[in-house]
Amino acid sequence: MKAIIIDDEPLARMMVKEYLQSYPDIEILQECNDGFEGIKAIQLYQPDLIFLDIQMPKINGFEMLELIDQPPQVIFTTAFEEYAIKAFETHAADYLLKPFSKERFDKAIQKLKTNTANNTQAIIETASQSPVQSNRIVVKDGGKIKIIPVTQIQYVEGADDYVKIHTADGVFLKKKTMQYFENSLQQQQFIRVHRSYIINTQLITRIDPHEKDSHLVLLSTGARLPVSKAGYAKLKEVLGI
Amino acid sequence: MASLNKNTAKYIPFFVGWALLWIFIQWNVLLKFGITETEAIVDSYVSNILLAASCFLVFNNMKYYLPKNEKYWFILAISFVLSCVWLLVIRSMLWYIFKNDQHYTVTLQQSSTVRFGFAFLMIGCMSTISLLWYTQKDQQRTDTQQKEIQQLAKDAELFKLRQQLQPHFLFNSLNSISALTATQPEKARHMIQQLSDFLRGTLKKDDQHKNSLKEELQYLELYLDIEKVRFGHRLNTEISVEENIQQMELPSLILQPVVENAIKFGLYDTIGEVTISITAKKVDETLVVTVQNPFDAETAQPLQGKGFGLASIKRRLFLLFARQDLLQTKTEDNYFITTIIIPQII
Repeated sequence: MKAIIIDDEPLARMMVKEYLQSYPDIEILQECNDGFEGIKAIQLYQPDLIFLDIQMPKINGFEMLELIDQPPQVIFTTAFEEYAIKAFETHAADYLLKPFSKERFDKAIQKLKTNTANNTQAIIETASQSPVQSNRIVVKDGGKIKIIPVTQIQYVEGADDYVKIHTADGVFLKKKTMQYFENSLQQQQFIRVHRSYIINTQLITRIDPHEKDSHLVLLSTGARLPVSKAGYAKLKEVLGI
Repeated sequence: MASLNKNTAKYIPFFVGWALLWIFIQWNVLLKFGITETEAIVDSYVSNILLAASCFLVFNNMKYYLPKNEKYWFILAISFVLSCVWLLVIRSMLWYIFKNDQHYTVTLQQSSTVRFGFAFLMIGCMSTISLLWYTQKDQQRTDTQQKEIQQLAKDAELFKLRQQLQPHFLFNSLNSISALTATQPEKARHMIQQLSDFLRGTLKKDDQHKNSLKEELQYLELYLDIEKVRFGHRLNTEISVEENIQQMELPSLILQPVVENAIKFGLYDTIGEVTISITAKKVDETLVVTVQNPFDAETAQPLQGKGFGLASIKRRLFLLFARQDLLQTKTEDNYFITTIIIPQII
């Protein structure tokens, strides 16, 4: 089994390494200081297992996982109890609360070995609903990683199985559903006005009637987007008109 | 009389003096009407002592019942009723005592209206004074209670604000210690020592307590040492303190959360080594401390710097000094600078 440890605290990594000494079948390929190193190492080594901290520089553990196409099995190691602990209770990959004992660690490894199904994806889906995500979105821009504060999002456009995030710096793609963004973006500032559009209400300059039962919204960026009947009702409520 | 407290007791000589004055005046007036000396004395004593008793009755009564609505009608009514009763009583008494003196009984009858008017005014004045007196006392009591409640709320809030030790810091430190125990037990023990000293500091109860800058910096060093073990070479600190200001005072444990915020901000917003700079200097009799951390202007949220850590410090400074401008933040190039100003109250 190939493993990678990703944690910004050297002593925390040392701890995992020490516990892993009793598992000769698990080979540690690399230790990473942050999510960026983590992504590179995962792409390079394609590990079976990663030990992942949540609070790390620049991008957190959840955000890092989102940027990996086929994430390996994950054991979270964190001091944050509030993040998605409930989500992990229902899934097989483990969540170790720092400081954790050798017994607890052994249990996590056992669980991992007996459970071959990779349900990391499901965990990410549930975990990424946590508040840690709410004020920014991490996307891949070519080879680079870009962090977009949600306030800079102009609108989100649905397109098949991914979405287009429109910002002043350009359009970015992310493999997520519209439903996901509707849930995770701040309800006050972002409204899903149409099956395919979520808009930043701060940028609205005008709302014009369009064909029967529908409207067109004009954003300060010049974009004209359709508003459905249900979307118009939501807009009216939030804007107080 | 037993029901009188000390506070009201000191008004008794004044009350008695006032009654004696009116006894004297009435006695002199009665003499002018050609009444004998004895009759005048008895008359003025009986009338005024009973009047004083009525006044006292009104005063004492108001202690237990203070009219809230229609208070002026209440005063008029009580004065009227008491004056009537008083007049009836003294007229019967004096008539009974001197019924053989024709001249006296006629004078008594003729002066009834004046006597009633006089009694009505006296009792009216007394009840107005009592009403104001007790209303004011009531108000004072409410004010004191209000103040006590506010003070309690303030204390509780200050306590809560100071108690907000970040649990993650504690858990992560414990994790570091756990990692050190196997390979470097000496270092682990040392860190336990530091963590204990740090925790002991946070447990001090007095919220109004002031520390000297020296003590506060020592406490900060303790915290920074622990953080340096956790983050290794990534975290560097620079502390520069102006000469001769070590004895200036600041609210206890106010610096550590500011620095904690800077470390979090600095370490989680950038990659690579981070230097946190802390300076302390004296500016116009105030102590000015700045904490500077690097950040990434492109990705940082405009709101991030005003996270919970700083908001609670601002609140604490407001509760202690009643000023909103004691905590300021600004960004310069890629640095986030937090400034706290501590007025020196002697």
